[in-house]
Amino acid sequence: MTLELSHLHRRFADFRALDDVSLSIAPGEFVALLGPSGSGKTTLLRILAGLDFPDAGDVRRDGRDLLSVSARERGVGLVFQHYALFRHMTVFENIAFGLRVRPRAKRPSRAEIAERVEKLLKRVQLDGLGNRYPAQLSGGQRQRVALARALAIEPDLLLLDEPFGALDAQVRVTLRRWLRHLHEELGLTTVFVTHDQEEALELADRVVVMNQGRIEQVGTPDEVYQQPGTPFVFEFIGRVNKIPVKFAGGRVQAGDQRFDADPLDGIGDGSGVAYVRPEHLAFTTTSLDSGWKATLGHVFFAGSVAHVEIEVPALGLTLDAELGGDEAQRRGLAAGMSVTVQPRHLTVFAHDPKTGQLDPSRRRVVHPRYGQAALARMR
Amino acid sequence: MARRVLPGFGLSLGYAIAYLGLIVLLPLAALALKAAGLGFSGLWAAVTTPRVFAALKLSFGAAVLSAFINAGVGLLIAWVLVRYRFPGKRLFDALVDLPFALPTAVAGIALTALYAPNGWLGRWLEPLGLKVAFTQTGVLVAMVFVGFPFVVRTLQPVLETLDRDLEEAAESLGATRVQTFLRVLFPLLLPALLTGFALALARAVGEYGSVIFIAGNKPFESEIMPLLIVQQLEQYKYGEAAAIGVVMLGISFAILLGIGLLQRWSRRWAER
Repeated sequence: MTLELSHLHRRFADFRALDDVSLSIAPGEFVALLGPSGSGKTTLLRILAGLDFPDAGDVRRDGRDLLSVSARERGVGLVFQHYALFRHMTVFENIAFGLRVRPRAKRPSRAEIAERVEKLLKRVQLDGLGNRYPAQLSGGQRQRVALARALAIEPDLLLLDEPFGALDAQVRVTLRRWLRHLHEELGLTTVFVTHDQEEALELADRVVVMNQGRIEQVGTPDEVYQQPGTPFVFEFIGRVNKIPVKFAGGRVQAGDQRFDADPLDGIGDGSGVAYVRPEHLAFTTTSLDSGWKATLGHVFFAGSVAHVEIEVPALGLTLDAELGGDEAQRRGLAAGMSVTVQPRHLTVFAHDPKTGQLDPSRRRVVHPRYGQAALARMR
Repeated sequence: MARRVLPGFGLSLGYAIAYLGLIVLLPLAALALKAAGLGFSGLWAAVTTPRVFAALKLSFGAAVLSAFINAGVGLLIAWVLVRYRFPGKRLFDALVDLPFALPTAVAGIALTALYAPNGWLGRWLEPLGLKVAFTQTGVLVAMVFVGFPFVVRTLQPVLETLDRDLEEAAESLGATRVQTFLRVLFPLLLPALLTGFALALARAVGEYGSVIFIAGNKPFESEIMPLLIVQQLEQYKYGEAAAIGVVMLGISFAILLGIGLLQRWSRRWAER
């Protein structure tokens, strides 16, 4: 089943929930809608479910108009953040609900319903719990009941609204691996909403990053992490250092450092911002000519990784660097050490001279050319 | 015994039981004792007259009917008050409690003035062949009036906790609006609805002040049980009055117990 969303707009009073959103979803794809609250991701999901309607725009399923089909007739499986289980019904009755409310002509027989519910209970690993009431289940179990209930109507599209939002960290990780396996088994086109980047990156085939009702970037988890297209995506996904820069003569100037790089065509002179991931900051205790002179601040050992604060006077900033925990131990890193810092690569955005905002269309990735000798000494 | 956050379990339980005994059980025991003074045959004679039967039928028949009406209308009003926003909502919400606050005699006089053959409503209903004041219908109207707030007030908090999610989930699973109401919402509201029903019923059975003004109090026709008791008292027949009271009490208790059991069944899903 292919979904084609084009130019969706939705306003609530003064609030723009969706602002010209277009997206296409391929059959069997697992798509994450990722964004902060108020970014429009839930509105988009609700429109797909038929619980909300756009002011303008068009949604097509396999080429046919979806918006004119009522939620009741869409045959879309929907799982809510807080499960929305019918608490006066047993687990069995909850799962059977979608089958029992069908018009008589389309309703399976009692025995068939029982058989299908049992099969689903097994699928979500809840066999034997059919007679329990939702109040007698744990959070993870309830979420699986909600999923089984949605799957019972044999949907061709599965929608999940913050499916793991209400669970504790451990259950969350187990359940999301399980969901990924289930998706591989069923091959069901799935769209889920989350504000948790880790969840989106780990689960989805494709991540749709949303902000203020617009789509910022669509890409594989690797793409949105490694090559963020906009300043927002940089700041929203993963941790990042934000360094003010100047563009002059096709070069990037940051503090006292000028980075020799491929010509920055089409950017012109002006100011901007460079983004560097913590793991892309290299530093050495050897004093080098190129690179910022800096002092180590606190070193945080967090298990397999170590986070290092680096105070750079030339920038007036404290940068975050990240390296393996073992390596940090081996190098004997401690607060107060003098170091030279070199970013391995930076992504720069130039300010739009008219609006003063960073302009995503004026984005360049800069790979500074340091002397070979210097590089060799870096890890 | 397990340790509790707040101390004083023994003291507060003891106080609660003593208070309940003093306020509720003691007068009831006195009532039963008084009635027992008649002896069994006297008791039997006092409560098996045709007039008592007629009043019994009216009192409980009208009270049950009024509780059903209040359950239906109260559900609707609670729904409107919780689910919709409209100008004057707060005022409307405050009006619901008015039957609680009004002295019942005032309510009775107001209703009588309204429904009397020359009253504001009565004069339009009379030509249609609908007599309200001084008939059994009048009794019903007064009972509906005094019992009305109970259902609204017991349903409101429960309705507020019902998530929209539930309706949306039902809809996306293919349920029609009627199915969503009957299979999802109504069962969840039923326990509170039964509580409201029981309270409205109890109030209607015991109502005296507003009913006697509008009922006309014709023997065998529009005479309610509490009035019968008052009449016995006025003739200094305390034993007979107590006997009728005990009968009312017995029936009321049986009905409330029945509703209580039904309610427990209706919320079996909430038990662990």
